Formats: sequence, C-alpha cells, structure tokens
Amino acid sequence: MSAVFGHANEPPTAARTRPAGRRLPRPARIGLYAFLLTAAAFFLLPLYVMVVTSVKPMEEIRAGNLFAWPVHVTLAPWVQAWLSACTGLQCEGIRGGFWNSVAIVVPSTVASIALGALNGYALSFWRPRHGEALFLCLLAGAFIPYQVMIFPLVRALSMLGLFGTLPGIVLIHTLFGMPVMTLLFRNYYAAVPRELFMAARIDGGGFWRIFVQLMLPMSLPIVVVALIMQVTNIWNDFVLGLVFAGRENLPMTVQLNNIINTTTGERLYDVNMAATLLTSLVPLAVYFVSGRWFVRGIAAGAVKG
Amino acid sequence: MSSVDVRQLAVRMGGTPVIEGLDLSVHEGEFLVLLGPSGCGKSTLLHSIAGLIDVDAGSVHIGGRDVTQEDPKDRAIGMVFQSYALYPTMSVERNMSFGLRVAGTPKAEVARRVARAAKMLQLEPLLARKPAQLSGGQRQRVAIGRALVREAEVFLFDEPLSNLDAKLRAELRRELKALHQELGATMIYVTHDQVEAMTLATRVAVMRGGRIQQVGPPAEVYAKPANTFVAGFLGAPTMNFVEGLLVARAGLPAAPAVLGVRPEHVRVHAHGSDFPSAQVALVEPLGATDIVWLDMQGQRLAASMPANGAWVPGTIVGVEMDLSRACVFDSKSGERIEADAAAFRHCTATA
Repeated sequence: MSAVFGHANEPPTAARTRPAGRRLPRPARIGLYAFLLTAAAFFLLPLYVMVVTSVKPMEEIRAGNLFAWPVHVTLAPWVQAWLSACTGLQCEGIRGGFWNSVAIVVPSTVASIALGALNGYALSFWRPRHGEALFLCLLAGAFIPYQVMIFPLVRALSMLGLFGTLPGIVLIHTLFGMPVMTLLFRNYYAAVPRELFMAARIDGGGFWRIFVQLMLPMSLPIVVVALIMQVTNIWNDFVLGLVFAGRENLPMTVQLNNIINTTTGERLYDVNMAATLLTSLVPLAVYFVSGRWFVRGIAAGAVKG
Repeated sequence: MSSVDVRQLAVRMGGTPVIEGLDLSVHEGEFLVLLGPSGCGKSTLLHSIAGLIDVDAGSVHIGGRDVTQEDPKDRAIGMVFQSYALYPTMSVERNMSFGLRVAGTPKAEVARRVARAAKMLQLEPLLARKPAQLSGGQRQRVAIGRALVREAEVFLFDEPLSNLDAKLRAELRRELKALHQELGATMIYVTHDQVEAMTLATRVAVMRGGRIQQVGPPAEVYAKPANTFVAGFLGAPTMNFVEGLLVARAGLPAAPAVLGVRPEHVRVHAHGSDFPSAQVALVEPLGATDIVWLDMQGQRLAASMPANGAWVPGTIVGVEMDLSRACVFDSKSGERIEADAAAFRHCTATA
C-alpha cells in the first residue's frame, strides 16, 4: 500500500500529467528536424528555381535574381514549351515528343512486364531443363553496360528492317527490360508455395491457364512495382530513343534536349524550365499515384494465401 | 473407387536416388497410410502417384490402367496438401469449382457438386469468403472439399493435418475417418504422425530411406513390427529395447538378440516381489496413465502404468515384462525373429 501512495506523490507522475503540448522537445529531436529540413531544402531548391523560373517573363530572368519570387506570374512559357518551342528546325513544341514517348512507353512496359512475368513463372514452376543456366545468362546481360551493345543492335535491327521504327524501339526497350523483370517475377514466384502450383496441376490447369487465372491475379503487388520501374526507366531513357527510335518517333527526352540546345538569339530559360518540368511530369505522377502500392509491393514477401 | 498399383518405381532427384524398386498395392476402398520420418521418400511416392514428378523407372497403375505417362488431371485423383494450397485470389466456391470449370463441366453440375461437398464439410456459410478470411481448420476443409468435388477415384493426402493445432488435428482426423467411411473411396495418406497412422489406416506402410519396411493393418504392424525401426517408430513412448542373448534352440546356436517390449507390457511392482529389480528414474503423469521411466542395471525402460502416484523417483521396484507379447529382433540386422521371448536372456541377468 505504502508503495502505491509513494508512487502517486512522486514528482515524475506530476510531470507526466502536464499537458503534452507544453513539453519542450529534446535536443536530439531538434537536431533531427534541423537535419531533415536542411536535406529537404537542399533537394527542393533546384525544383523551386525551376518552377519559379518557368513562370517568370524573360525580363525578370535577365535581372539575374535566381531565387526571387516572380513579380508577374505568366504561364506563357509553359504554353510555348508545349506548343511552339523549336526542336531543331520545327517549332511545334514538345507535345509531339510527349505523344511519341507515350507510344513507346505503353507497349514497351506492357510487353516487358508480360514477358518478364511469363519468364519468371516458367522458371519458378515449370523448371525447364537448363532454365537456371539461361537465367544466369540473362542476368549477366544486365551487368554489361548497354552502350557496348548499341552498335551490334543497330546492325541487327536494320537487318530486320526495324531500325528507326516504333516497333524497333519497343523491341529494344522490351529486351533491355527482360533481365530485371524476369528476376523480379522469378523471385516473387519463388515465394509462392509450390503446392499451390501442384494443386492447380491436379485440377487440370495447363501452362497458360495456371499463369493467367492463378499466378497473374496473385501478382498485382509485384506488377505495380514492375510498372513503376519500367515506366520511369523507359520514359527517362535518352540514348536508346535517340539511336533507335528514328526521326519520326523521337521521345520527349530527346526533344527536350533539342529545345534546350536550340538557340536562336536569346536563351529562353523560362521555356526550357517549363519543358523540363513537363517532361518529368509523367514519372512524378506515377510515383505520386502508386507510391502506396510501391511500398506494398516491395513488402510483398509477406503476401500469402 | 480404384485400386492403385506401384511397380518397381524409381525416382531420382538431382542424381541421387530417393526411391528405388518400390512395389506397393493399394486395394479398392482402402485407407492406406504411408508413415515414416521426414526425408524417407513418402511424399515423393505420393507425388509420383499423383503425377507431379517424373519417375525414372517403373509404373503406376490406377484402376488397372497404366497412368505413368499421364497428366495429373487424367489420373482421376484428388489431392490435399499440408499448406492447404488454396488459390488466394478465389473465393471458397471458386476454389472448389476450379477443376470442374477447367474441365468444362456444365454449370448446373458444378453447382450441384460444390453444394454437396460444402454440405458434407459444413462449408456452406463460407462459400463466398476468400482463403485469407478462414481459419486453419476451415482452410483445410476447403482443400478437402476441392478434392471431393472432383469425385476422384483416389484421394491423396500429403500431411494434411500437420499445420493444425492439436485440438483441431484430432477433430479433423475424426472427420477424415468418417468421410472415408461415407465415401468408401481409396485414400492414400502421408504422415509422420504415428497416431494418425494408427487411427485412420486400414493398412499402414512404414517407410525408411525410400524403402517400404512393412505393410499391414495398424494393429499387426504395432504388435509384430518387422524390424526395430518399425517397432521404434510406432507407439509412444517407443518400444523398450533390451540387449541380450537368445539361448540355443531347435538346431540354432545361441545368438545375441534384442528384446522389444511395449511400455504397456511392462508392469511395475513393489520391491520385494520375485521380479528383477530396477530403480524409478522419472515419472511422466499423462492423466489416465503414468509413464514410469526405470533404470534396470543401466538399461532404460519405460512402463505405462495406471496413474496412482505410487511411484516415486529413487525407489527400488520390481519389473515384470509380459514376454508373450514381446518381440525378439536380430541384434545385427534388426529384423524380427520368430522366437519365443522366453528363450531370451537379459545381458546382465546372465552375467
């Protein structure tokens, strides 16, 4: 009894009953926040400069105050970047590149994920003879810098008549996506109990039915991860698009580069910034929309029947 | 209902033989339990019967038909796995009907069979649920239901109760036995649990190292184990083995031998009786019975006695063995010898 009374009268108990809001944060916590805020500012500053510059008229930019808040906010640079900025000889803005990139990204992403999932599924469950050796070769391919392969691939594609065409660049992206996609799905399926596959075999499922009706519906988390990786990678690609896409299909990144490098008289910093922001909108949107799914997919090892 | 015949089966995995020259016949309507420690090849044998792994030699016949080269789905089998292996994205109803839908069975027939299986297994209120929303016992019921709707001729069970807790295990074990009685289908059941083997089986096949050691009704395998391995694997606590000598008998010289006595055939008497004496080392009360561990001149013996709390560690007691129900094994090969246990002399007794 005395212990209970003693405890009730102790100062720490009184301190605990004080409203939480009035407590001062500990020094470590202050340091932590200071560090986080500094780091955030460090990474956000360039973005701030870009956004601010893209809505300033050229007169304000010429004044040289990089960090200054815009006095007259204008969306004209954005309109110009989208509709009429010069990418070399044409002056039709970056919108052509946007649609070219969409035309490249959508089929490449779908094809590489579909094939990667199929590869991973076949390797994990059907275990074809020499499948492991094949997989190792595929993985080794992922470690060779792709610049080395550009010339042979140019020759090969031109022999196939695919060089400088949309199917050609889609094929290239699908090929380069294969190692990582296969690895991703193989590891995901390796965590699926083999008995599940056996049960489906006894129920009469064949290669395709088990894949389409059983494994793919189970793969949603990893498909989202694959989707984010592929959309971002292919959208951000510059070299492969430049080399393989051909003049008609140049992706947005290449067009952006052309806009920035095309100078007739004055350098249009506002338009350049707007065009750059426009180009990065798609990967940014993908992350914002699917960030939650991405984390869930990474932790998907825990997803089991 | 079909018989299953396995002839001269050989299975290799990664070059090492798991099963070699194995023969097994399962009669129509029989509940055969494959019993053995992990890694003895019992699951491999079951998977070979199911057609889930390639066999290297030999053949599998189901219902008199050679199915060695056939796909699992064409073997008229249903299978239940240890991990339940339910399709996580499908509801209970779709889990059970998947096989029928694959086979293109008419909708009305699918509905009829699913309803029947659901009724038998009390799954009716759960049909719309996903596997993740079920308890372990319910999941395994669904897995059994999935095998049932296939109206298979042979049911294969791969340690179906191992993932359940003790209470559920006993409950589902009883349900499985009732199910077998009701369906009368041929069932092959893999387990390492000797209680499941004893309670469920019409015949038990005890396996070790890819070989079948003994096949027979559980009572027979229990009473007359073919060798010391089988004797030690069935029964808890395990059979007592006493090293000793078999005296010369009808044309055979005296030979070293091992006497096997089940704990329930060992009786403990108060000291002073005519029986050989031993010291009580430990007592494990099980409620209805006490397992009394005895030290008989360095030889450890277990005796299963009605619980009366009379045995205190450290006391000296008399030990009586029911030799009419004991087994004699060859001490080298471990094989059982048809010999009168009365001709057995305990090592220390003769010394």
